[in-house]
Amino acid sequence: MIELFYAAPALLILALGVYATFARDAFAACAGYLAYGLLLTVAWVQLGGVDVALTEAAIGGGLTGVLLVRACAKLPAKDSGLRADGAGAPIRWLAALAAIGVSTALAYAVLALPVPAATLAPEALANLAATGVGNPITAVLLAYRAMDTMLEAIVLLLALIGIWSLAPDRAWGGRPGPGYEADPHGILAFIARVLPPIGLVVGIYIFWVGADQPGGKFQGATIVAAMWLLTMMAGLTDAPPVSRRLLRLLLVSGPLVFVAIGAYGAFAAGAFLGYPEGLAKPLIIVIEIALMPSLALTLALMLAGAPQRSAAT
Amino acid sequence: MTGPTLFALVAAALVGTGLYGFIVSPSPLRKILAFNVIGSGVFLMFGVIARRGAIAGIGGDPVPQALLITGIVVAFSATALAITVLLRLAEEAPTTTLEPAPPRGAPDATRTTS
Repeated sequence: MIELFYAAPALLILALGVYATFARDAFAACAGYLAYGLLLTVAWVQLGGVDVALTEAAIGGGLTGVLLVRACAKLPAKDSGLRADGAGAPIRWLAALAAIGVSTALAYAVLALPVPAATLAPEALANLAATGVGNPITAVLLAYRAMDTMLEAIVLLLALIGIWSLAPDRAWGGRPGPGYEADPHGILAFIARVLPPIGLVVGIYIFWVGADQPGGKFQGATIVAAMWLLTMMAGLTDAPPVSRRLLRLLLVSGPLVFVAIGAYGAFAAGAFLGYPEGLAKPLIIVIEIALMPSLALTLALMLAGAPQRSAAT
Repeated sequence: MTGPTLFALVAAALVGTGLYGFIVSPSPLRKILAFNVIGSGVFLMFGVIARRGAIAGIGGDPVPQALLITGIVVAFSATALAITVLLRLAEEAPTTTLEPAPPRGAPDATRTTS
């Protein structure tokens, strides 16, 4: 007997996932995806992953949802709607067969998982004291598997370079986004003045408690980035020209500090990204503080998109 | 059947749903959306595996949970790049749909009959 506590969100998630994939109207599908992301957050909490829930709410549901909704608004509706005659019947049948086959295989694999489950949790907890942090997920992200996090920060930077390189010639090195204008006395401008101070405090708090509690730099940086985007969309601030040297320096500083500390570990601790004994906590904090502004800027500028206006305007 | 197992079965169904949408939809935007549904299904399944690794005093195995956080962020960066490519294509091309254009001179009525 499954408790309603699990069954209700699980079935709603499935229904919304199906809706987001098959809704005729593209805008309805994107809005459905936003709700889907928020419900997944509930699922993460129920699965005991509060850190993952925060990431899902901030990035998986929030930022991705905003990207999709905005793309829907910009693209002509006829390009993105689903029509019954979109694909021929043979393709649809083959696709259905492939989908059912994959789902069945995955369901079978999940039901056949070994009992008791394989887990690395005891090892992660046993070595927690050596890292100096209290949140085992932060220990995995910045000590046991720091290489993943370093490459992830670099992947974000590469994606941003990819986005910038899509600028048309006339806007090369210019400002991203259309240059929003909003009624300076309207509700959007009001919220964009009231919310950012609160959002900044929440974002930095989530970043700081990440060492010992659920939270961390990605979640915190997303909230800070969202506050900046809000002031941009209300026309209170403008996106900087992407050719500005200070901006580029800030973007690469986080990953550079990470690589530098990794190289220092190669000398001092005998392994790339190794931390000398007793220095783990301070070095982790240095990496996190260096990454936070880089991540916030990168995430906000990824959402702002390719440069559309020359730097002069 | 326990709650996490139910989530795992939902995740399996989501992967299939997304895969079907990814193949049949002629619109790149809907393909990106379906791709994200596949991705979230994979993440959810991995989350169930993390939950199965829970021991006393901790909600789940922290190693897969940390990998999930990395995965969600990387999936977002791929989506952002894909959406920007699509918006740029829309600026340059008359249409972004991948559907083959109807043969030139063919009556448009063929589109509305099915």
